[in-house]
This record gives sequence, structure tokens and C-alpha cells, in this order.
Amino acid sequence: MGGGHRPAAVATTDHGGTMLEVSNLEVVYNDVILVLRGISLEVPDGQIVALLGANGAGKTTTMRAITGLLDVHEGDITKGNIIFDGVDITEKDPADIVKLGISQVMEGRRIFAELTVDENLRAGAYTNTDREKVERAYEWVMELFPPLADRRKSTAGYLSGGEQQMLAIGRALMQDPKLLILDEPSLGLAPKLVQQIRDIIVQINESGTSVLLIEQNANMALSIAHHGYIMETGKMVMDGDPEKLLKDEDVKEFYLGLHAGGERKSFRDVKHYKRRKRWLS
Amino acid sequence: MTPDILILAQEAGEQSKLAATIWDGLSLGAIYALLAMGFVIIFKATQVLNFAHGALAALGAFFVASFATIIDVPGRWMPDAPAWLTWSLAVLLALIAAAVVGMVLERLFLRPMVGEELFAVAIVTLGIDIVVRNITNDWIGTDIRPLGDPWGTNFFDLGLLRIAHTEIAQFVVSIVLVVGIALFFRSRTGIAMRATAFDQEAARAQGINVGKIFAISWAIGAVLAAVGGIFASTFPRRIGVDQATAFFAFKAFPAIILGGLDSIVGAVIGGFVIGLAEAAAGTYLEQFEFLGSGFGGVVPYIVMLIVLLVRPYGLFGTEEIRRV
Repeated sequence: MGGGHRPAAVATTDHGGTMLEVSNLEVVYNDVILVLRGISLEVPDGQIVALLGANGAGKTTTMRAITGLLDVHEGDITKGNIIFDGVDITEKDPADIVKLGISQVMEGRRIFAELTVDENLRAGAYTNTDREKVERAYEWVMELFPPLADRRKSTAGYLSGGEQQMLAIGRALMQDPKLLILDEPSLGLAPKLVQQIRDIIVQINESGTSVLLIEQNANMALSIAHHGYIMETGKMVMDGDPEKLLKDEDVKEFYLGLHAGGERKSFRDVKHYKRRKRWLS
Repeated sequence: MTPDILILAQEAGEQSKLAATIWDGLSLGAIYALLAMGFVIIFKATQVLNFAHGALAALGAFFVASFATIIDVPGRWMPDAPAWLTWSLAVLLALIAAAVVGMVLERLFLRPMVGEELFAVAIVTLGIDIVVRNITNDWIGTDIRPLGDPWGTNFFDLGLLRIAHTEIAQFVVSIVLVVGIALFFRSRTGIAMRATAFDQEAARAQGINVGKIFAISWAIGAVLAAVGGIFASTFPRRIGVDQATAFFAFKAFPAIILGGLDSIVGAVIGGFVIGLAEAAAGTYLEQFEFLGSGFGGVVPYIVMLIVLLVRPYGLFGTEEIRRV
């Protein structure tokens, strides 16, 4: 697993330049269902890493394992470990993980719909007790998302889908994270909004935050990532830099809806799609 | 007397009866509102239907009786201090004790039930109610334990009304607490509590310590229950805390259900509606002999039944109550 070819925005190196290192992670739900079968991934300092995969591949479980939220879903880490910024965070409390500097944008936005925009952001700043830092983060969020600035006092549940996604990302930024994990931020958004969210992720990364981007929208994710991983049924089947992944015939076929000739395939052909044990070794 | 004067006298009597009933209803309603608010805070933050709320109210009132009169702490160490000061300090100690009891109950019996069915958790609180109520009653014994409050049975007349000093204190305290709770909900911890109430997992993802929020909400709930218990055990309601106090406090349930389980505003309005209904029934239904005496006490439950039939989620409650 090499680093990206694009220059990283920030590279502090007191931990070998690796912000997050997941090794041989195995996760079991309800003591019987093996969801992650020993996956490894690495997010280098200041980079955007994309994690792609179909439904049920284990992308969200990977995020839950990293952020300590497996317990509510009856999940357990049975093997492997997760090192963040030089600290072992395997099975740590979610609050401690947030304090160490990992923020997440959960799938489906999960904003606090009954609270106002401002209150959502303040809830996001819960672990950030430095008033000045909170103020700065708040100003920055307002700069990144002008639509939120106009609606500070409105109830979050009444925002449009795009605005809610902005709020979810803004809320995560209030903790002033070193690593931001986004779970399908493009889900259910119009193409124009996906572009906007994409540009904002780049902007966040350029300000020095490492990003782990979990996506089904391979085009969007690979267009900004420094490195990409592809997951299937709980295993990493492929990884590499985005140019290489985009050129790969299998990725083209299964994730971009293109086959060798470059033309679109029909749904009938997709039905013949069979998962492989390992795409390449 | 000429008939004119008779009619006037009768009208004056009717008016003062009405005024007294309304005042009585409002003052009763304030107690129910205090009790209901504590219940709603616990339900909102933790999704727990706390059937032990009445027992906590009686226990809180008994703590006050203990500190203020029975063991006389801190009064026994400060013989020269004015009565209101030693009593206030005793109440403060009692409220701290109530908060600790609330947090201990949550930690021991409800934290392990997180994620279990709403119904199962409610039954646990029913068990807590039985245990707390019986222990409290055992401590109280068969006596009526006066709280030793400085207002005593003092009152003054205002026009048609006879107003007890405790009632003034009760309204001041209720207003302060309602405003205080409203401000608390805008604070960092308050926002975290509302966030937790709305989506526990998303709250944890923000680094909010949900266990701490649960403990705080139980502490606040128990303190509000104790304050309600204090006013339920002083003049003009009663002359002290006794074995019936828990049952008196239980009448806050119709108020809670009327207002909707998860609405603070609903709890306050529900409290006043039930208080007024009970007072009005007490005054005006007495003339119907077939109803017997004390029918006023039944009216809150009748109102509750009717509300449940028409609006199962209460007047101000969220239509769908989420299950965890």
C-alpha cells in the first residue's frame, strides 16, 4: 500500500506519516455474523482516502469500528487493531475517540431535526471546550456553507436534503478533527449538490484534515482521493491510486457501470455479475 | 333583608366560591406541573416512563422533614441563625440527597436496561416505585412528619381570595424552575440532552457521553419531584409528609399524559388543567350526593381517560413515540 501521488496538504510525521492505521480488523455482529474478515487500511496524514464497495460490503461497519459505535449494533471487534495518531483506539469509548480527533458524518445525515442549525453545531462542538476554537470552527463552517449562515435559527428538520448534509458535515467540523470520516455523503443528493459536497471535502482536506471517504459513488470519490480501497463482503479486494483503479476493467464494470468497450451495460447483464473471492493479489 | 340584598349576597358568595376554586386549582396545578416536568425530563432524555416519580416526590419531602425537623441538620449547629436560613440549607441538603438517589437508581437499575423494550423498562420503574415507596413509608411511620417550613399556616386576604404564604412561595419557585429549565435546555449540557433525546447514536458520534446525560436527567427529575413533594406536603394541602404523599404525587400522571409525555410546555399546561378540574369538581360536584364526597380526586383520571381516547399521544406530545 503506497502513499498517494498527489501532494499531501500537511505532513506531520511523529507517527510515521500515518493518521489512521487499521490492521487485520475482524468484526462480528451478534457473536455469529462475521462482517469484517480481517481488513487493513491506512489513511496517511493530510490525504483523502476513498473506501468503495457495494451495499453490505462492510463499509459502515468499518466506520463504526473506528469510531467506537459498534456496541449499539451488538457488534464486537474480535481481532486486529486500530491505531490513530499513534494511539491504539481499538474498543475505546466513542467520546474519547472524538476527543482524540476523529469526527464522523454518519450515513443518512442523522442531524438533530428538532434542534436549530446553531444548536446542531453546538452539539457537534460538545467535546471542544475551548471557546475560541469553537468560535473559529463556527466561523469556518459558516464560510464553507453559506446556506447555513442564512438559516442559523431555523429548525434543522426543515432544511433541504443538501442543506442537511452540509449541516451534518459542519457539525462534524465543530470538533476541529484531525480525521474526518464521511459515510456516503452523496447519498440521495442531486448531481449538482454532489459536486458541491465534493468540492467542500477537497477544501476541508486542504485545510489540513485527513479524510476517509466512504462511498458508493466511485466516480465522485476517486476524482478527489489520493488513494482508494475496494471492499467486498467484508474483505479488501483491491487498493491503489485512483488513476489505477479508474482504469481497472472490473472497477469500470462493477462500480462505474461501464464495460470494456466503454458503453453502458443493461440491467440484464448486471444480473450475471458474480462476486470474486479476490480480484488480484 | 330585602330580596335584592339576598341575591347580592348570594352572588358575592358564588363569586368568592368561584375565585377560591380557581385559585385552589392553580395552586394545585403548580404542584402537578412541577411533578410532571420532572417526569417529562426523564422521559425525554432517556425514554424511560418513570412510575417511581410519586415515590421520589414523597422521599424528597421526607428528606426535607428529616433535615429540617427530625435530625435538625444543619440547624442544630447554628442555633442563632434565623429559621428561614436553616430551613433553606436543610432543603438544599435534601435536594442534593434526592439528586444522588436519582442518579444511583439510574446507574444501578436503568443503565443496564438501555436498549431494552420500553415496556420492560417501565416495569423496572414500577418495581423501583414499590421499593422506594415502602422504604420511605417505613421511615415515615404512621406519623405525619411536618417539614418545618417558615411559612407555616400563615395567609392573607386579597379581595375574595384567601392566599397562603406557601402558595406564593410555590408560584415563585415554579416560575423560577420553569424558566431555569428553559435556560438549561439552551446550555451546552441541555443541548446535549436534547440531542441525546432525539438520536442517541448520533449524539454519541458527537462525543456526547450519553451515560452522563442520563445521570443528569435523573438528578434533575428527582430534584423536581422532591420540590413538588415539598409543596404537596405543606399547608394548605397537608401539614406534613405521610404515607399518602406518594399517592397524592401520583396524581401528576394525568397531567403528564394530558400534556403528552415528551413536552415540557404540555406538562405545565396539563398540570394546571388537571389542578383546575380537580378543584372545580371538588367545589361543584359536592352537591350531588350520589357521587359521594372526595369525587374531585377521581376527576383527574377521568380527564386522563378521555384524553387518551381522543389523543393517545396527549395534547402536546409528539404523535409517534419512538421506541428504543
